[in-house]
Amino acid sequence: MKNPITGLNKIFESRIRLGVMSVLMINEEINFNDLKQMLEVTDGNLATHLVNLEENGYIKVHKGFVGKKTNTTYSVTKSGEKAFNDHINALEEMIKGIK
Amino acid sequence: MSEQNQSHSPDQESLETLRDIKRIMERSSRFLSLSGFSGIIAGICALAGAWLAKYKLEQYYSRYDERTFFDGHDFNDLKNELLLIAGIVLVLALSLSFFFTWRKAKRSHVSIWNHTSKKLLVNMIIPLAAGGFFILAMLQYNDWRFVAPACLVFYGLALVNSSKYTFTDIRYLGFLEIILGLINTQYIGYGLYFWAAGFGVLHIVYGIIMWWKYERKQTA
Repeated sequence: MKNPITGLNKIFESRIRLGVMSVLMINEEINFNDLKQMLEVTDGNLATHLVNLEENGYIKVHKGFVGKKTNTTYSVTKSGEKAFNDHINALEEMIKGIK
Repeated sequence: MSEQNQSHSPDQESLETLRDIKRIMERSSRFLSLSGFSGIIAGICALAGAWLAKYKLEQYYSRYDERTFFDGHDFNDLKNELLLIAGIVLVLALSLSFFFTWRKAKRSHVSIWNHTSKKLLVNMIIPLAAGGFFILAMLQYNDWRFVAPACLVFYGLALVNSSKYTFTDIRYLGFLEIILGLINTQYIGYGLYFWAAGFGVLHIVYGIIMWWKYERKQTA
């Protein structure tokens, strides 16, 4: 029997990273401030997790401008989408498996 | 089955994580601070406005009967009065319903101006603005017959269009408004009654249902 725990993604063990992915799965593109507000986290904390997700190739960063202010937006990549879906499936499997 | 169970078995934890994900997804894509009270108060404003308009119309017709001839000045006065009533109702309904939504957002510590409320607003305004200009054009040609049906249909379309960005329940309110507007096109003289039913009664009923469904537990 396959151990269902192996399906879980280590990167998504952090609630914040999982939260970022959840938001990005449903919103095409979102900026830093909206993300911060939705997840109720501090700037530094969120920035670290975003860098981590970017390094893993799960999210794309777009640096743009609104007027003169920088406006950094984030969106999910194909591999990020797959990783997230796999993680959800693993979670569901765990619930089913133990029942 | 008890939810107070403190043990954290892996399946429970997975379930909680999935619930969290669902909650975040919902919160990040829909504006959920729309208050049921907003609907109720908007409905009350609409009913009060409709009642006042009916009173003004009755007064006008009784003067007309006494006079037995058409008086252009009197008709113009009536027109301006009705437009003024409509404007006041719109401003009152919007600002009071905004207040209740603002209060609900504040209580749940959500900003009222974020990307979900922006999306909701944009998707609401497109059909509403189109409808607004359409109705102004009808008034320009002195055609009053389809004003009430057009109000209802365009407002219904705005609700259906914006239902993706707030409670899905708003979609059904939209369908009802559209149907009411279309039926109204076959009963032209009764625009005010249809208008009162659509903007007054439906809003109040919808507001009560929304309050019952989503807010009752929090306030109790």
